[in-house]
Amino acid sequence: MSGVPGFSYAYLDEGTKRMLRRTLLKAVAIPGYQVPFGAREMPLPYGWGTGGIQVTAAIIGPSDVLKVIDQGSDDTTNAVSIRRFFRRVAGVATTERTTEATIIQTRHRIPETPLREGQILVYQVPMPEPLFRLEPRLAETRRLHALADYGLMQVRLYEDIVRHGAIATAYNHPVMVDGRYLMSPSPIPAFDNPKMHRMPALQLFGAGREKRIYAVPPYTDVVSLDFEDHPFRPIRAPHACALCGAADSYLDEVLTDDSGGRIFVCSDTDYCATRQAARQAAE
Amino acid sequence: MSAPLLSAEGLTLRFGRVPALLGVSLDLFPGEVLAIVGESGSGKTTLLRVLSGQAAPQEGRVLYRGQDIAAMGEAALRRLLRSEWGYVHQNPRDGLRMSVSAGGNVGERLMAAGVRHYGRIRAAAREWLARVEIDPARMDDLPGTFSGGMQQRLQIARTLVTHPALVFMDEPTGGLDVSVQARLLDLIRGLVADLGLSVLLVTHDIAAARLLAGRILVMRRGEVVEQGLTERVLEDPQHPYTQLLVSSVLAA
Repeated sequence: MSGVPGFSYAYLDEGTKRMLRRTLLKAVAIPGYQVPFGAREMPLPYGWGTGGIQVTAAIIGPSDVLKVIDQGSDDTTNAVSIRRFFRRVAGVATTERTTEATIIQTRHRIPETPLREGQILVYQVPMPEPLFRLEPRLAETRRLHALADYGLMQVRLYEDIVRHGAIATAYNHPVMVDGRYLMSPSPIPAFDNPKMHRMPALQLFGAGREKRIYAVPPYTDVVSLDFEDHPFRPIRAPHACALCGAADSYLDEVLTDDSGGRIFVCSDTDYCATRQAARQAAE
Repeated sequence: MSAPLLSAEGLTLRFGRVPALLGVSLDLFPGEVLAIVGESGSGKTTLLRVLSGQAAPQEGRVLYRGQDIAAMGEAALRRLLRSEWGYVHQNPRDGLRMSVSAGGNVGERLMAAGVRHYGRIRAAAREWLARVEIDPARMDDLPGTFSGGMQQRLQIARTLVTHPALVFMDEPTGGLDVSVQARLLDLIRGLVADLGLSVLLVTHDIAAARLLAGRILVMRRGEVVEQGLTERVLEDPQHPYTQLLVSSVLAA
């Protein structure tokens, strides 16, 4: 495939990939710091993962095995399309198994199966700035990051407790990376936040519309913001998965009929399928 | 006499052809209240902004505890502004976060200073609201539901919660009606005495200066025309402009 004249491996031209790799190296060198980059037009709309797909295109090679999930699911339109895209333009193998993948591009979830060294988790990020909504001026947010002036975010959590009795951010709960930069974990559920802490895999974050890349290198401290007397709690629905019985995974609520019937199932489809297969094999 | 807490040497700042400050020098000693009076446009607020590091002078320098604030760097200056210094704006809406509850407003400086205990932040906020005569039951209300005088007192509580050594006040009683002004001045006087604050008070209200300040500095067109002990300046003004200013105060 790479022998075809006029064809550039993995869709992007070499200059763009080099720019992306330099950005990624800088991002890894300064954990949690948002590095600006020149995001390109990609063959999918903004908000569908243009940032993630560019990061993946910059790091993917012929020997990689790619998994793409959308809200934990391997079989949604977005995940299927991005997998097919890289099969065509990079000639890579794709998988739905978390353990087999070398690169996992994700939107809004971290797989339940713990990741290992050598794997790379690529997040699609809609809004990279954690101080967004608190401070409307981007120039000022950059100054706040530079001075590590994060009292404002703590004030928001304080207001949450005042109004709701508890910290009410169920997703996109802000984290401190390596004790220095405040970082938006992208809209993953707060349940997934603890998985980022000292994760053996490399975590890369791409925001295409906002033109920012940031990263968390392996085994880096990632601490969710909280108060000493109101500690951070990862929240999950208090049920077991209706399909595989897991009591420790993040659940989606699914309506089953028009008369109020509903079940809770694992949001991570690979985790659920693996557990169901193991149970069938045991029977 | 001890060393000055804050001193300025030959501050000059021009906006285009308009001189806002012309060679202004002053010393503020620990525990002292210094009033800067003058008419609108005389450079009072500009002087306050330069002294608090929010604007850079074209000439001259500002020393805080003997250290040039221009050489401190932005990070150190910000740290000062949210811990050892306080700034009370004329319009409380400039100094408050209107979308954050009163308690959150008071607690912000504590949180910025690294306090991470919700209960202790609440306790400090409750104590400070009581000190500025705001009913602690209104702690979780938004400042927008407060009256102008309450907002100003809330801003003072928010500023003083970290026990600053030096407070800049820009017309703290401006825009309030006379009876509210009197109570606010009384409150400020009590707090200043209790906490041993050093205050730089900008005002065009001679009565406020007389009540609060130990020393007065009179400005006109960017220049200090007269300075001295409050009693001396107000009882025996030397400069024609000061004489005009003092004589134009309405007798109650």
